[in-house]
Amino acid sequence: MASAQGTSPLNQPSQQVSDDARGYYTPGDPLVDPVAPAGPIGQRWTQRIFDNRLVNPANRRKLDIIIVGTGLAGGAAAATLGEAGYNVKSFCYQDSPRRAHSIAAQGGINAAKNYKEDGDSTFRLFYDTVKGGDYRSRESNVYRLAEVSANIIDQCVAQGVPFAREYGGLLDNRSFGGVQVSRTFYARGQTGQQLLLGAYQAMERQVAAGTVQQYTRHEMLEVIVADGKARGIIARDLVTGEIETHLADVVVLANGGYGNVFFLSTNAMGSNVTAAWRAHRKGAYMANPCYTQIHPTCIPVSGAHQSKLTLMSESLRNDGRIWVPKRAEDCDKDPRDIPEEDRDYYLERIYPSFGNLVPRDIASRQAKNMCDEGRGVGPAVTEVGEDGREVQVRRGVYLDFADAIARMGRKAVETKYGNLFDMYARITGEDPYATPMRIYPAVHYVMGGLWVDYHLQSTIPGLFVTGEANFSDHGANRLGASALMQGLADGYFVLPNTIREYLADGPFEKIDEAHPAVVEARTDVEQRIQKFLSINGTRSADSFHKQLGNIMWEYCGMERSEEGLRKAIDLIRELKQEFWTNLRVLGTNESINQSLERAGRVADFIELGELMCIDALNRRESCGGHFRAESQTEDGEALRHDDEFAYVAAWEWGGEDGLPVLHKEDLIYTAIEMKQRSYK
Amino acid sequence: MRLTLNIWRQRDAASAGSMQKYELDGVSEDMSFLEMLDVLNEQLNEQGEEPVAFDSDCREGICGTCGLMINGQAHGPEVTTTCQLHMRSFKDGDDITIEPWRSDVFPVLRDLIVDRGAFDRIIQAGGYISANTGSAPDAHAAPVEKKKADRAFDVATCIACGACVAACPNGSASLFMGAKITHLGELPQGQPERYERVVNMVGQHDAEGFGGCTNIGECTAACPKEIPLDVISQLNKDLRTALKQGR
Repeated sequence: MASAQGTSPLNQPSQQVSDDARGYYTPGDPLVDPVAPAGPIGQRWTQRIFDNRLVNPANRRKLDIIIVGTGLAGGAAAATLGEAGYNVKSFCYQDSPRRAHSIAAQGGINAAKNYKEDGDSTFRLFYDTVKGGDYRSRESNVYRLAEVSANIIDQCVAQGVPFAREYGGLLDNRSFGGVQVSRTFYARGQTGQQLLLGAYQAMERQVAAGTVQQYTRHEMLEVIVADGKARGIIARDLVTGEIETHLADVVVLANGGYGNVFFLSTNAMGSNVTAAWRAHRKGAYMANPCYTQIHPTCIPVSGAHQSKLTLMSESLRNDGRIWVPKRAEDCDKDPRDIPEEDRDYYLERIYPSFGNLVPRDIASRQAKNMCDEGRGVGPAVTEVGEDGREVQVRRGVYLDFADAIARMGRKAVETKYGNLFDMYARITGEDPYATPMRIYPAVHYVMGGLWVDYHLQSTIPGLFVTGEANFSDHGANRLGASALMQGLADGYFVLPNTIREYLADGPFEKIDEAHPAVVEARTDVEQRIQKFLSINGTRSADSFHKQLGNIMWEYCGMERSEEGLRKAIDLIRELKQEFWTNLRVLGTNESINQSLERAGRVADFIELGELMCIDALNRRESCGGHFRAESQTEDGEALRHDDEFAYVAAWEWGGEDGLPVLHKEDLIYTAIEMKQRSYK
Repeated sequence: MRLTLNIWRQRDAASAGSMQKYELDGVSEDMSFLEMLDVLNEQLNEQGEEPVAFDSDCREGICGTCGLMINGQAHGPEVTTTCQLHMRSFKDGDDITIEPWRSDVFPVLRDLIVDRGAFDRIIQAGGYISANTGSAPDAHAAPVEKKKADRAFDVATCIACGACVAACPNGSASLFMGAKITHLGELPQGQPERYERVVNMVGQHDAEGFGGCTNIGECTAACPKEIPLDVISQLNKDLRTALKQGR
């Protein structure tokens, strides 16, 4: 297969004909990755590791690196760069680096080890990841990810990560996310926790060694761009309120994803977009912001008080059957009293061949459709209807194990799913062995993020972006067990080998706190805080956040349409106006002030939300997690338009009153042919 | 349901604090304990009173950020984290007392928020395996007996929430420390630094001002991850061995 060598283009640049977002953006110049590698795909990374210049050990200690975020990407990078001898300053808003939200990942981490001898290889992991991303990722980056995946497992085992093992003492694997090989390494349902603690411990070792300085309970509020380069950050000490200036030769953002723009998500309460968004406003392009992954099997909202959503492993769909009552009037009945003939096993009905195992996006969207029809189950929650008035809607569908228990026996179901059933029982107070579980989709990952080149450098020189915060590896949809792989790949192996090409030109000319760029960034931060504290309106930041979340979920969630997105943009603009005139933040800057922290984050989420809607409006195709109502087959399946949209949409900040500028980076594949995803 | 809440309010580390009483109505049993506090805070904000500061992040019981003394019990009446405690564990008309973790080593920063930096410093003292990135052999180079691997995992689930310290009459962090020492000590990769590790971690633990262990067991009873008490026996055993070796 000549194409597998990856030397010649297999597709043409796309030509966009539709222009749904006209009037909402300014067309910009095409964007090209300035450091894109060439040559056979299997040799690109090896060659680049060699080509990138080295920094001699004596010079490393003269170079200062700021890393924002301590999850898998940030923690692993801090540890590795500290070990290499650079001066690292690490920042997190949590009280310890160990609490970053990577800790909550359950399922596992993929690696092309082929320990099962089941036909896996670097190329197959690469292929699965590009295909799973619906051909919207950059192939060189994904190949590199697959290539370093095996080293990650070696590294983690050496650190003492307690992966699951077989009786022979070797590592166990399982299959995950609909692929046909077993390449997922796991530590029961807490893989993210164990991997993060491995990175955290490696990082703490460097703190003790003096190469890493750790700043906990610190939030980055601005990036300093001096003479065209990222040279530091402005951070707020969340305990004292002090506004601090930290200068460096290079800045790395590893601040995670922005799923909390939807208010309710499986993200942590504090997960936010501020670090990335402030960088965006300073010149870093934001790529494919609308690509959001919505997970079908989460515990539903129980009322207006809901603060976050909890995911349950998707493996439940292997044995559970999903249904809703056929008639809306049955929805408040005890499900056990609803006879078989009055139940609608809608996935089995609509997709007879795949049934309950349809892909995540389809399962999610159909659950929403059932509830929109008024056939949802569980407690009704208040929503704002089409006419702007509040309506009560039940947002849940049944996931029923009665058949599985009859078939396999309760004991077998317990062994396989016991911990998930316990978690469900704790949160809902219901016994899932006796009555069907209720599930509903929830936002849990964003594939979009700051645009980076092959070196993970953003459009601001000296600003690198890693992990979920960048856009590059998952295209329009992320496969299960790939987020942990990417975070650690970036932190342990990719960034340390690319950042040195940049740092080889350093140390850069020292700047001090009197530099106009520093003064400007500091002043911006101080004025913004004073503004939040002085609006003296009537509404909390949380209440605005919830309202934004409702808009995003309704119009930029599982299904998006031209009309809905236009409406959402109007609503968000109104919300922004009200936020800046009717916000109430009590207290002062000079102490712990969680309302103030939230106000800053919500202000940025509002601006991000608008850009996500514009991006979704422009992309008149369905791909991966992005489903446009206007682009579906007769059967209601997602329809991609490679002729128009095989590009990365990289958005440039257009100024406070200006329009965002759209730069397109063509996705040209040389190793894989693009195909329409099919699951029939 | 309607509740009376007695909550510790303290402006900052330097100020004196006191208990304040709040009445809260309309609490649903489906709320988590922290969502109940969210509702209180929204109400306080409307009334022009500063909301109660408390820590939480993942709200799914894994990050270890949250932690409150609820009616004198660390994380309240159930064996779980505060964020996974739900209001169905309480009833209409209840009086609930909410305080920050009780420990001199975890100073109050504001209201219900404490500083657990001591835990990071104990890990810095030796709670790791020294393995520089890129230096690792193939993952299958050293098989691990399944029993040991499972035990290592079981105790590695510690979330460093601090409930063990808050519950301990001696204010000891032995359970936290024992969990890490046992996790790393069960694995072949952890052997080279095993005895140096225990000496350094215990030294830091004592320097921070945590108390000694007298095997009362409140720690393991309060632990949301059910870390067993015998990790402290492992700690003691490793420490004896280390001292015999003259470390």
